[in-house]
Amino acid sequence: MEPFVKVTGIVAPLDRVNVDTDQIIPALYLKRIEKTGFGEFLFNAWRKLPDGSPNPDFELNNPAYNGSTILVTRRNFGSGSSREHAVWALHDYGFRTVIAPSFANIFHKNCFENGLAPVILPEDVIADIMAKAKAANGYKLTVDLEAQEIYDEQGLSVSFVVHAEPEVNEFRRYCLLNGLDEIGLTLQIEDKIAAYEASRWGKSFTPARNAPLEARP
Amino acid sequence: MPPKTMFEKIWDSHVVSAEPGKPTVLYVDLHLVHEVTSAQAFDGLRMAGRKVRRTDLTVATVDHNVPTWDRALPVTDEISKKQLDAMKRNAEEFGITFFDIRSAQQGIVHVIGPELGYTQPGKLIVCGDSHTSTHGAFGAFAMPIGTTQVEHVLATQCLVQSGIKSMEIRVNDRLPRGVTAKDLILGIIGQIGVDGGIGYVVEYTGEAVRSLSMAGRITVCNMSIEAGARAGMIAPDETTFEYLRGRPQVPQGKDYDAIVQQWRQLPSDPGATYDKVVEIDANALAPFVTWGTNPGMVASVVDKVPDPASFATDTERAATERALKYMGLEPNIPIQEIKLDRVFIGSCTNSRIEDLRAAAEIVKGRKAHPDIYAMVVPGSTTVKREAEEEGLDVIFKEAGFDWREAGCSMCLGMNPDILQPGERCASTSNRNFEGRQGPGGRTHLVSPQMAAAAAIAGHFVDIRDWE
Ligand code: SF4
Repeated sequence: MEPFVKVTGIVAPLDRVNVDTDQIIPALYLKRIEKTGFGEFLFNAWRKLPDGSPNPDFELNNPAYNGSTILVTRRNFGSGSSREHAVWALHDYGFRTVIAPSFANIFHKNCFENGLAPVILPEDVIADIMAKAKAANGYKLTVDLEAQEIYDEQGLSVSFVVHAEPEVNEFRRYCLLNGLDEIGLTLQIEDKIAAYEASRWGKSFTPARNAPLEARP
Repeated sequence: MPPKTMFEKIWDSHVVSAEPGKPTVLYVDLHLVHEVTSAQAFDGLRMAGRKVRRTDLTVATVDHNVPTWDRALPVTDEISKKQLDAMKRNAEEFGITFFDIRSAQQGIVHVIGPELGYTQPGKLIVCGDSHTSTHGAFGAFAMPIGTTQVEHVLATQCLVQSGIKSMEIRVNDRLPRGVTAKDLILGIIGQIGVDGGIGYVVEYTGEAVRSLSMAGRITVCNMSIEAGARAGMIAPDETTFEYLRGRPQVPQGKDYDAIVQQWRQLPSDPGATYDKVVEIDANALAPFVTWGTNPGMVASVVDKVPDPASFATDTERAATERALKYMGLEPNIPIQEIKLDRVFIGSCTNSRIEDLRAAAEIVKGRKAHPDIYAMVVPGSTTVKREAEEEGLDVIFKEAGFDWREAGCSMCLGMNPDILQPGERCASTSNRNFEGRQGPGGRTHLVSPQMAAAAAIAGHFVDIRDWE
C-alpha cells in the first residue's frame, strides 16, 4: 500500500450529507476483474447526464478542480453498501484523502486498507474549508499526517484525527504513514515467517521450482 | 503432554506467531487458486508491487466458468472469458503452476488437489472457495478464504486466524447397503441443521467413516460447509496412504514410506477432547433426497414431502411453506412420485471416477427416461480420461446421457449449463439454494446412484430396490 505522509493539493467540494457508496460507485460498474479503473465511474450518476455527457452542474466537473487530491464533504460519508469498490474508485480518480465530520463504518475501515486517509474535522472547520473550496479559484490545503495537522496559506491551521478513538487513531495513523495494510502488518513479522520456513525446510531454504506441465494430448 | 486432537496437532505445527491479544498467524502449505475469486487479489499485489511469496505452494486452475462443451470452441460469455484470460495472465506473470483450460490435468480445484497428490495429510490448505473443506478428507486442515485473504496468502503465505472450536461427529456402525457417503452427510446435515457446525472444525470418526473409500470421505468433508462448519476432517489411515501412493505430487518410493510414518502421528490422541460431540447411528440412515431450498431440508426416499403444519415453530412453518412454494411441491406427496426434467451428475461433491463408476453401473444397458435430459460432467480432465479408458462414457452415451468436459458446470450455473425456470433436477452437487442451478431452477440433492436411477425412471426411486 502507498504510504500517506503529507499531501498538498487542490480541494474539491462535495457539499452533501450521507453520500452513499451506491452514489460513489453504482453497482452496474462492479463487474471488473481489477481493483483499478473504477475512477472513471466515480459518482457516475451525478457526473453524467442521461445522454452520457458531463453534467455541468456537478461540482467535480468544474475545470477548477481538475487534478484535485483532496475531497471535502459533509457527515456520514460512504454510507450504505459495504463495497470496497467505493474506496478503489475515489483512489483511482486521484483522491488521496477525504475530509468530513464523520464517515460510515465499513467505508472508514476500507479507507485504511487502501491508503486513503479519512480526515475527521469539526463541522465549523468543514464549513470554512467548504466555502473556500467552493470559490473555485485553486484553493489548496496541506494534510500533514505526521504532525496530524491541516493548514492552508490563509492562516488555517488545525489538528485532526483519522479515527475518533485515540488508541485506534494512533494505530491507524501509524499504518497509513508506513503504508501498512493487513498484508503489510504480517510482512512486518517477516523474520518469524522466514524462521518458520527454515525450521521446516532448512536454513538455506529457497522455494522449489515448479515442475513443467503436461500438455493436453 | 496432554492428549491432542488432530486439528490441534495441525494447528500447533503451523504457528508462525502467536501473541496474546492478537490473532494467530499460521503458515499455509498449499494455496489453491481459481479464476473467480483471484483476479482482484492479483491486482492488489500488482498495485502494491508485491510478489507471490511461495509460487511452489500455489496452484491454479480454471473450473467455475469453463464451458463443458468442446474445448476447441471459443468461450462466448464475455465476463467468463475475461476471468479465464485474467487467470492465465496472472499465473504467467506471477509464475505459479497453472492448469489451464487445455491442460491434461485441468479440473475442479477440489478434484485435482487430491487426484494429483497436492492434498496431503497434515497440510494447512486454503482456497478462495467455500468447498475447500473437501481436502480435510486426507487429515488436512483445509479452510475457505475470501478475496482479501487470497491476496494476503499470496503475499505472505500466512493466514491470520483466531481460535476455532472442535466438534467430533462419530458415526457408529456401518452404512447399510445402498446408503452412500452422500446420504451420510445429508443425514448429518438434516440432523444437526445447516447452522449446526458454525464456528467449529468437524472431525468425523467412527466405524462408518473408517470404512468409507477416499471418494466417500471426500464427499463427506466437502459438504461440511453446508452444515455451517469452518472445515471438516477425517484422520488418515491405510485407505488414505494407499490412495496417495504414486500420485504425481507425493514423494515416491522410500521417501513415501518415510512421510507415511510422519502421517501416522496425526490422528487424535486417545483421550483428546472436543468442544462438542455428536453421535450418529449409521443404521438409521437411508438414501436421502432434499425437498427444499437448503441442504438440511432432507427426507428419506421412502418418506413424503413434509407438511408445513407438522413443524413446531412459526419460523419453521414459514420457511417450509416458502421452500415448497419455490420447489413447486405439495405437502405429503411421496418423494418417489416427484417427477424430474433433468439429472446432473457432477460437481466437487460427486464427480470422481468412483462416483461415475457407481452411476454407470446403474445405467448400464438401460435408457434415460424420454422426459429427462441427463448430463455427466467429470470433475477433472483426468477423471474424464480414466472414465473413457474404462468405457464409462460409452455406457452413459448409449443410455442417452450427455457426456461433457470437466468443470463446475451446472453446480452453480456460471457457465452456460443452467436449468430453465421451473425445471426440476436431481443433482449430485451440494447446494439446492433458490436459483443455484439457474434462475427459477429446482434442485434435489442426491447420491450419484440415486441420480442415475432417477434418470432412468423419470422420478426418484429407492436405490435399495433397484435390480
Ligand atoms: S463444483 Fe460447485 S461447489 Fe464445487 S467448487 Fe465448483 S461451483 Fe463450487
